[in-house]
Amino acid sequence: MAGVSSGTRNKIGTWIGFVLILVWCLLPVVWIISLSFKGPTETSAGSPQFLPKEPTLKNYDDILNNPDFRDSLVNSFGIAIIATFLSVVLATLAAYAIARLEFKGKRLVLSLALAIAMFPVVALVGPLFDLWRTLGLFNTWPGLIIPYMSFTLPLAIWTLSAFFREIPWEMEQAAQVDGATSWQAFRKVIVPLAAPGVFTAAILTFFFAWNEFVLAISLTSTTQARTVPAQLSFFVGPDPFNPPYGQLATASVVVTVPIIIIVLLFQRKIVAGLTSGAVKG
Amino acid sequence: MAAIEMKNIVKKYGDGFPAVNDVSIDVADGEFMILVGPSGCGKSTLLRMIVGLEDITSGDMMIGDKRVNDLAPRDRNLAMVFQNYALYPHLTVYENIAFPLRLAKASDDEIDKKVRAASKTLELDEHLDRKPGNLSGGQRQRVAMGRAIVREADAFLFDEPLSNLDAKLRGQMRTEIARLQKKLGITTVYVTHDQTEAMTLGHRVAVLKRGILQQLATPRELYENPGNLFVAGFIGSPPMNFLPATVEGTSVKLPFGSVELPAEKAEKAAGKGLLMAGIRPEYFEDASVKTDPAGGSTFRAKVDVVEWLGNETYAYIPFEAPPEVEAQLQQLERDLDGESLHTQLVVSLDGASRITEGEEAEIWVDGSKIHLFDPETGENLTVDHEHAGRILDHATQQAADQEAKQDAVSG
Repeated sequence: MAGVSSGTRNKIGTWIGFVLILVWCLLPVVWIISLSFKGPTETSAGSPQFLPKEPTLKNYDDILNNPDFRDSLVNSFGIAIIATFLSVVLATLAAYAIARLEFKGKRLVLSLALAIAMFPVVALVGPLFDLWRTLGLFNTWPGLIIPYMSFTLPLAIWTLSAFFREIPWEMEQAAQVDGATSWQAFRKVIVPLAAPGVFTAAILTFFFAWNEFVLAISLTSTTQARTVPAQLSFFVGPDPFNPPYGQLATASVVVTVPIIIIVLLFQRKIVAGLTSGAVKG
Repeated sequence: MAAIEMKNIVKKYGDGFPAVNDVSIDVADGEFMILVGPSGCGKSTLLRMIVGLEDITSGDMMIGDKRVNDLAPRDRNLAMVFQNYALYPHLTVYENIAFPLRLAKASDDEIDKKVRAASKTLELDEHLDRKPGNLSGGQRQRVAMGRAIVREADAFLFDEPLSNLDAKLRGQMRTEIARLQKKLGITTVYVTHDQTEAMTLGHRVAVLKRGILQQLATPRELYENPGNLFVAGFIGSPPMNFLPATVEGTSVKLPFGSVELPAEKAEKAAGKGLLMAGIRPEYFEDASVKTDPAGGSTFRAKVDVVEWLGNETYAYIPFEAPPEVEAQLQQLERDLDGESLHTQLVVSLDGASRITEGEEAEIWVDGSKIHLFDPETGENLTVDHEHAGRILDHATQQAADQEAKQDAVSG
């Protein structure tokens, strides 16, 4: 009997923990969603209530019909996707080399990568601004893609080389004996097996590029290349004492949705133990 | 189909240590060749050099009539089964088996036909759509074999394919491999450390020790005519007994008494001082159940432990070995990856034997089957060279040992 009651207690405790964490994490999100359905009169009221009194879709209508926002959304998608793609491809190749080959300066490459990851982004804004102006990269997509790629490469390389190291050598040797070239063995056997690592690296890179603000605001001047986080800072509205909270919240909801969709999509791919069954049982 | 010929193959690693040292083995077309030896003897390295996963330091590797030393694994047209199977976990069983064909750009029809034929041979039909992760050890093993047989490779290479299976399955798969090889008639090189697999599967067996080929012969030849102490101790289970012995006339003096030797054996070993006698456990018998004790000698000894297995009985008889033999026996144990705490005689008796523990029993031994070894070189003095295949030349062995010692000193 004691066992049962302690089991029940455990269950209750777990659920209380769940609820606490959920509230802690989701309350701000719910608040933003709630805000996005409120009209300006409600958001400017002294103490607005949690749920909207008169739910309205006007904010969404405004935001989605705002050409600046639409442009920045396109920029965000384009820049984040290209940066992610390039970063993951480069990191996959680099990590594979680091995991498989013995070459001089291997440790140096890894430590350098780590050093880059530790470098404060803000310190680079000034030099990059000047450099990009000279090279004509200021206010262009490549102007953001290049730094995003460089800042996410180290983490991607570290994540992926850890994954590659876990894949048994024999997989590749078996493929070579079966008639594959080194490249075929890599593409048909190693990459699919490293897929969880590739997706993890891709998600991390995408998030970084999607959420990044400092470089996005400093290295752009128009909606030609400005991403959503930077564009949001221009949503000030006509009255400086009354920022358009509803619209800001709506824009936040709109940019969060893709992230949630991506996580849900990739989550299925990030399955631990994909290599189970490869070798002895 | 092709013959594989290894000519003076040497593999040296970066530190100069020869993992495989001047090994020459010819595998005839369609032959089942076994490479056997304790761990670290270089057998897997040798196999990986055949398939091209290890570079060859010197020597020639011939497949068919072609020297393949510098060919990539994919250009050698060999199929290999890895110790841990190395199945592709992201592909179904069907795709795993089809993998080599897809790489060879075979048409879908052809792939389907061949995969189904292979899966039928290996009874994998119902598992074709499953992933390797959901299969049992034996099924994975069969998939790995399917991947090997599906293409028309020149030879099969097996790297300890059964070592991950449990004992019962291992026995079944062993028979399966033998049957498959016979059916396909394909040249096969099979690496194992298990002497039972070596004896039962191989047409011929190459016994390796520390990178050096000790003897290359049929299982029967190895068993009946081991070329040296190492081969004698490695082949056979329970292992051959080694006893200090001195030859006087036509009889050999053992710790338990004298045994009559055939004249030609006694002659070969005459005047060599202290020798090592090798007697397999089954050359002994309980004198009381032996119906026809002619042609052998009997002795009395105190039996320490008895293991009754039903069909036979193992009896253990401890003895004291003189120090010069003792050192040699311990070295042999180390070479064989074993560890024996005391010198004892293992005798295999008929299951009907009633000998009990602690009893002094009368044991019969067949003197004609005794081997006599030189304790210094390990050479079998009484070997019948006509029926012993190819034996390592002892001058070569000593030169290699010398070199290894010098390397150790200078290195």
